[in-house]
Amino acid sequence: MNDLSWIDMGGYAAFVWPCFAIVIVILIGNVLAARRLHRQARDAAIRRVDAGQGRS
Amino acid sequence: MNWTWLHKFASPPHAYRIAGRLAPWFGWPAFLLIGAGLYGGLVLAPPDYQQGDAFRIVYVHAPSAWMSMFIYGTMAVAAAIGLIWRIKLAHAVAAASAPVGAWFTVAALSTGALWGQPMWGTWWVWDARLTSELILLFLYVGFIALRSSFDNRDRADRAGAVLAIVGVVNLPIIHYSVYWWNTLHQPSTLTRLGKPTMSGDMLWPLLTMLFAFMLYFGAVLMVRLRAEILARERNALWLRAEIGR
Repeated sequence: MNDLSWIDMGGYAAFVWPCFAIVIVILIGNVLAARRLHRQARDAAIRRVDAGQGRS
Repeated sequence: MNWTWLHKFASPPHAYRIAGRLAPWFGWPAFLLIGAGLYGGLVLAPPDYQQGDAFRIVYVHAPSAWMSMFIYGTMAVAAAIGLIWRIKLAHAVAAASAPVGAWFTVAALSTGALWGQPMWGTWWVWDARLTSELILLFLYVGFIALRSSFDNRDRADRAGAVLAIVGVVNLPIIHYSVYWWNTLHQPSTLTRLGKPTMSGDMLWPLLTMLFAFMLYFGAVLMVRLRAEILARERNALWLRAEIGR
């Protein structure tokens, strides 16, 4: 299979590549969203502790 | 048998630290295996004799669909444990799982539509498999929306857990829908007991992607679980130590 016919995916490129693109975007997006959520939760915890609410 | 060692895992500080250590051990193998699976599925696997190269969509569609059900099962078991034994960490696992499962369901539905158009001549049909998978998405969205509608986290946990447990009935419907009803959707590619219907050179990238997606879920769940634990902990000394205050 040469490069062009591989990209063409036997005439199904318009269906195959968007599928892979959608899933890769979702996979990357989930990682970024999880990391952002953790960072936000950590910042909120720091603010709570600094405000004196973190003492047990 | 003494089960007290198990209680340690339900303690938020311990779970927070363990999740932090486990995340990269899930994440990096997942990253490498996704790369291997994509290369195997897009380059090495031969075209299907009927579907041609369009069949390659299976390498992202089937693992996404499988994960959408697996994560819902995980979420429901965690919710049940939280509800029955009142373990808050289990509720945190359920809450952390839901968004990831919802996105895998979106992936399964959208890649299925993109596969359906060239093979069936339509993006969507209201057949049993597709409709039950759409209901799964509604269950995920309902779970997330229901939890966020409560100010009180304990009430949100309990209400969400009941919905998650009731929704489990949809999982066998999704799985067996292709056998119970006439449907455009093909039967399962992989069955637990039966011989795979794919040849080995097509099968290994699929199994690799499936395993990679499970590791990926493990990694994302660990990060989300840490965020859930931080958000739930209010007056804890360990929290001060953990964030260096």
